[in-house]
Amino acid sequence: MSEPKMEELKFEQALARLEEIVRLLEQGESTLDESLALFEEGVRLARFCNDKLDEAEAKIEIMVKEGRIEPLEVEEA
Amino acid sequence: MQPITVSELTKRISSALSVPAFQSLAVEGEISNFVHHASGHMYFSLKDAHSRVKAVMFRSRNRLLNFLPKNGETVIAVGSVGVYEPSGEYQLYVEMLFPKGTGDLHLAFEKLKAKLEAEGLFDAARKRPLPLLPRKVGVITSPSGAALRDIIRVLTRRFPAVQILVFPALVQGEGAPESLIKALQLAQDTDCDVLIMGRGGGSFEELNAFNDEQLARAIANSAIPVVSAVGHETDFTIADFVADLRAPTPSAAAELVVPLQEELQRAVTSAAKRLVGALRRQISAERRFLTQLASSAALQRPDYRVNQLRQRLDDLFTNLTLHNTHKLALRRSQLGNLAGRLETLSPLQTLARGYAICSDAEGHVLRSADQVQPGDAVNVTLYAGLLLCRVEGRKCP
Repeated sequence: MSEPKMEELKFEQALARLEEIVRLLEQGESTLDESLALFEEGVRLARFCNDKLDEAEAKIEIMVKEGRIEPLEVEEA
Repeated sequence: MQPITVSELTKRISSALSVPAFQSLAVEGEISNFVHHASGHMYFSLKDAHSRVKAVMFRSRNRLLNFLPKNGETVIAVGSVGVYEPSGEYQLYVEMLFPKGTGDLHLAFEKLKAKLEAEGLFDAARKRPLPLLPRKVGVITSPSGAALRDIIRVLTRRFPAVQILVFPALVQGEGAPESLIKALQLAQDTDCDVLIMGRGGGSFEELNAFNDEQLARAIANSAIPVVSAVGHETDFTIADFVADLRAPTPSAAAELVVPLQEELQRAVTSAAKRLVGALRRQISAERRFLTQLASSAALQRPDYRVNQLRQRLDDLFTNLTLHNTHKLALRRSQLGNLAGRLETLSPLQTLARGYAICSDAEGHVLRSADQVQPGDAVNVTLYAGLLLCRVEGRKCP
């Protein structure tokens, strides 16, 4: 399969592919070379997923006028 | 005239009422004699200045009422007319009941709902799945409402790194549907990948902005999945039916839209662990296989195979030499034979005895004087050397 570029990947696609790779590896039907390639891809996907999860702080914004976006202050209730 | 039984009369009246004109109608009147029976059914009368009609609303229908009817209240009752045979009284079997005033709104709601449903706008097949992890959540609601605070609180609790973009909109009163549609359209040009549209609880009239036909169509046409979150659990609006997902409340919408961050982290961590484990197992399996190979006879005595090969090589070489020697002798005797035959055919011996060969300029051997003309060049080959001659004359036979 052609491997999509990491940065275009959505989290759910990355997680789904990671789980597929784990399944393939656990079936143990690949050659060692294939397994190493899968493993490498899996490690990259796991890192990508973790990065996505750890990404930045929450950002809360409000569209004040058409196209103009400002941060939104939220008062704690 | 043949008399009929009371039962027969009642049956005839009952069947006379089973015509469309009496089967689906809306009646406006004031409630009186209202009784909510222990069985759950409601019995009352509807009256106006001149008339009164008995009415019953069974438990299965009145469970859905979001108000408690009171004596003196003017209502619109939707249902059919039938006969209560034991007492021979006709009465109104009420399916839906609305307070006068909102009654019109409710009727419009039912009509629009039926229309859009018939168009297929509510079909399950139209509903799009929500992203597992949205990059940005758009929230279309009143910027000052409690709904927005609830949504933000739940979103940030479940997923601390969530990105939220709020699209302010009027959620009730004049211009609210247009305002919601505008916000929905603005959201289309952003990188939000899911939208929550809603407001907190309110009366039917207050929620009515979400029963707008154009808004319903805008939701259906949204390229981004829309989660509706209007009012409370028991409130249903047209927006709820057409949205990709209906959340019972704004907080619930937030729950449905983002996953728990720790849950996803656990999923990723567990997949990574299994990944490493699976590879490790394969490597140790390959290593065992390698050890097995290393202990095999072939690898234990590495010269074994080489010696085998060396011997084979010797054999081949011997064969090759024998073969060639034989072939050479054969060729040599063939050559001697041919040389002998060549000797007897050669003109050299004849030339040595003083004969000559005469040929024309093209090298054709001449056997007759008429093959040339006087003046032609001819070559005369002697035993030793060649004479280049010209014909002076000839004597043809």
